[in-house]
Amino acid sequence: MWISSPMALATATGVWAASGVPALVLPRRSSIGQFAGTGLALVGSYIGVVAAAVRLFSAAAVQELRWIGGLGHVTCVLRLDPLAAFFILPVFLIGGLSSVYALEYWPVRRHPRSGAISQFWFGLLIAAMATVLLAGDAVTFLVGWETMTLSAFLLMGADQNDAEVRQAAWVFLAASHLGAMCLFGFFALLRSTSGSFELWPVDLAGVSPKISAALFVLGGIGFGLKAGLIPLHIWLPGAHSNAPSHVSALMSGVMLKLGIYGLLRVGMLAEHPAIWWGVTLLTIGGLSGVLGIALAAAQSDFKRLLAYSSIENIGIITIGIGLALLGKTLDRPAWIVLGVGGALLHVWNHSLFKPLLFMGAGNIVHAARTRLIDPLGGLGKTMPRTMALVAVGSLAICGLPPLNGFVSEWLIYLGLFHTVTDAAAGRGLWTAWAIGAVPATALIGSIAMVTFVKLFGTIFCGRPRGPAKNCADPGWAMLAPMYLLASATIFIGIFPLVFGGLLGRLVAIWSPQTAGAGAILAHSAPLGWITAMGLIFVAASIGLGIFLVRRKHEPIRDNVTWDCGYARPTARMQYGGSSFSQMLVELFAWFLRPRFAWPRLQKVFAAPAAFSCEVPEPVLDGGVIPALRRAERSVAGARFIQRGSIQVYLFYILGMLLFLLLWK
Amino acid sequence: MVVLTDLLHVILLVTMPPLLLGVINKTKAWFAGRTGPALLQPYYDLARLLGKGMVLSDTTSWVFRAGPVVSLAAVLLAGMLVPLGRFGAPLQFTGDVVLFAYLFGVARFFTASAALDTGSSLEGMGAARDVTLACFSEPAIFLGFLALVKLSGSLSLTPMLLGPGALGAAHLPFAALMLVAAGLFIVLLAENCRIPVDDPATHLELTMIHEVTVLDHSGPLLAVILYAAAMKLMVISALVLHVVMPVATGWLVLDWLIFVAGMNARQVISWTLVVAAGVGVVESVMARLQMRHLPTLLLGACLLCGFGFLLVLR
Repeated sequence: MWISSPMALATATGVWAASGVPALVLPRRSSIGQFAGTGLALVGSYIGVVAAAVRLFSAAAVQELRWIGGLGHVTCVLRLDPLAAFFILPVFLIGGLSSVYALEYWPVRRHPRSGAISQFWFGLLIAAMATVLLAGDAVTFLVGWETMTLSAFLLMGADQNDAEVRQAAWVFLAASHLGAMCLFGFFALLRSTSGSFELWPVDLAGVSPKISAALFVLGGIGFGLKAGLIPLHIWLPGAHSNAPSHVSALMSGVMLKLGIYGLLRVGMLAEHPAIWWGVTLLTIGGLSGVLGIALAAAQSDFKRLLAYSSIENIGIITIGIGLALLGKTLDRPAWIVLGVGGALLHVWNHSLFKPLLFMGAGNIVHAARTRLIDPLGGLGKTMPRTMALVAVGSLAICGLPPLNGFVSEWLIYLGLFHTVTDAAAGRGLWTAWAIGAVPATALIGSIAMVTFVKLFGTIFCGRPRGPAKNCADPGWAMLAPMYLLASATIFIGIFPLVFGGLLGRLVAIWSPQTAGAGAILAHSAPLGWITAMGLIFVAASIGLGIFLVRRKHEPIRDNVTWDCGYARPTARMQYGGSSFSQMLVELFAWFLRPRFAWPRLQKVFAAPAAFSCEVPEPVLDGGVIPALRRAERSVAGARFIQRGSIQVYLFYILGMLLFLLLWK
Repeated sequence: MVVLTDLLHVILLVTMPPLLLGVINKTKAWFAGRTGPALLQPYYDLARLLGKGMVLSDTTSWVFRAGPVVSLAAVLLAGMLVPLGRFGAPLQFTGDVVLFAYLFGVARFFTASAALDTGSSLEGMGAARDVTLACFSEPAIFLGFLALVKLSGSLSLTPMLLGPGALGAAHLPFAALMLVAAGLFIVLLAENCRIPVDDPATHLELTMIHEVTVLDHSGPLLAVILYAAAMKLMVISALVLHVVMPVATGWLVLDWLIFVAGMNARQVISWTLVVAAGVGVVESVMARLQMRHLPTLLLGACLLCGFGFLLVLR
């Protein structure tokens, strides 16, 4: 079938890559180019989503597409196995939805300078991500990877006039290249052990433990940087909060997942990985989860808050992968199935509700022209649709039933509980890491609640404050993608059984030695019950609501908020976002190092004062930048080799290559 | 038989919660040397509130009205997952234990959002405290669950809570169970706004948590909130009781308290009442702790459950 072949996806990728061209060639302020480009993008997305879905739900063999390049031994291979298809589907889905969102959010006529060019980079970014996932050889993979980094960098810098945006883009570029360097090492090592650039699955039978350890470390750093695991997350908060919202939706919802895809592929390299692989991922995942969400709760900028919560979700996914690796080492099929199954489902879930939330944030920025939480409040009065959609996203991201976040976290919890019931004899010490992840995940869930009640409650509930007064819901182009995402969120939350078989098949690909993954999943995680419970819960809520409305009672009167009898409440008396999270921030002060601004009331008629709380990025501002400053001072003497001219750098490269060739 | 016990479970779950409040109040009154309100007073209060009108703040939106309703639905569903007495819960499946904990999360999300929806600083403060303190009680609950999972080898609440009883008194790790029970009891006090974490008797003080989040609800909505709170107390009490008294046969010591219910329900009711009386005792002999000491207390709950789990692992 053509539609499920790599050819179909290559076509979709090509269409996406070309989607920015019409706007580039047409006049700057003309909307026709943007509409034409979005049309192309939607065609590409349609082909891509259908192709990936058909590939996922059919049991066809893995197909390949090969081009022998003109450079002799350079081949370009595109392969599509279900695991790649699983990650490709959100790329095209979120890409298409975000470009529709951009029609209204970032129209060419209001952004004549950046509109057309950012649409071009956007299309290229999607194409690059698809290439990475389709790549069947290391060269194609790395070409896609670098294109992805560069187009994301250029896309992010669409607002070039803002110094903060520029700095965030540079940090992103530098960090991404550090990761890319590790990946070059990773693939070089992979080639020297397996003998070819062919990818996935790479057969590494009989490789020495040292080499596989090196592979894990290089791959772990390279892909972990892209995924945004703490402490490699330094680029993430700035990049995701400063990019335009439709780009943040794409980066947070999809691009981070490519790091997870890489980690999963690294995990596939060894049939019996060393025990510290799983332990490392569990530790880093737990740390990313707890610290990421604590940082999120402390933010006063709602887009930064969402960015940090991505770190938390990546942490949860990594906990799942770590558990599965531990299961591989200790031969525990249930850990593998529940760990990877939960992680994979969370990948999809996060790529649905995070773009939903970022688009919601975009709606607020669009209407209120601010990214700060504290000046906002009561937006629900003027933006009821956005409010309802963000409510769905917030409930889902907190992992609350009956939405999709609960299902994936539930699977991971079950896997972690399994480490207690079928403990491995003699290796108990290492399972302690998995056991420790249970209270850690509970802690993550409860801090997520603080974070998202803060986001939802202080922005949408209560009385309108200053800038909120003349806000309104955006038009269909911004709302329609959000409705679609919200419905998908609800659908997976209530009918997860639809995806049960798919997860089982994917686990079987990830860990071929696990027999009967689907049966284990069906047995140890009864997804049908989730449907039943979800429906009962919704029915009970609605039933109670109807009962209360229908009941005879005395009339309902409207009045001001009672507030212990205070007769003239004003909007400024409400609890703001900073105050809401203050108690939590103080509990985590040892890590967050918050800077509080306390109001000082001195005279009888005190001047206006406000409480505020700033939390600098602890790793970037607290560690990396000071260290780099010191390093810069100490190597100042070697500055003269940096001439700032590209010819000189090319000359250095030439010399280095010559040296390496002769040295060998 | 199963249908009968399920029906009994539902009836108990729906009708008994206000009685627990009555018992707690009676116990407190007895300690203070007063007569106290009638045992059935909470029922009258609820009935009266349900018939009343309400005052809605013009600041509020659908969130304010959804808060109590969704909370009650969540607590009701959680109550269907936990066994009352020695018969299994009507709904039980592998992994219901996680759903049980997260249903309280749903209730908390909606309650806190409803509080913020009033635009009142007092209620915002209560909501902030509620969600922040949950960051301690949730890990404690999950540590307690870990111990029970290890003991019973099951991931469903009914076998988890009834399983240890089947081990027989000789094989029961009483020390571990006592530690877990103590930890969960602290969580119970915190989750149900009881002294020393919170004081349900007043809601005007700045140190209040749960009571202050529902200041603006009145009439039927307040009735729903009070009823849901009582049901939450009953559900978590059932959890703690099973841990305290894992042996599930022949303990009819305290059944003189109740004579209306049938033979099977009798144990349940008497046991649950014991916890209610325990809450009353704690409330009578202790003062509320200062707000800044609460994290320490709840961290203590986490540690108790953690040590309990360690003892089970041994």
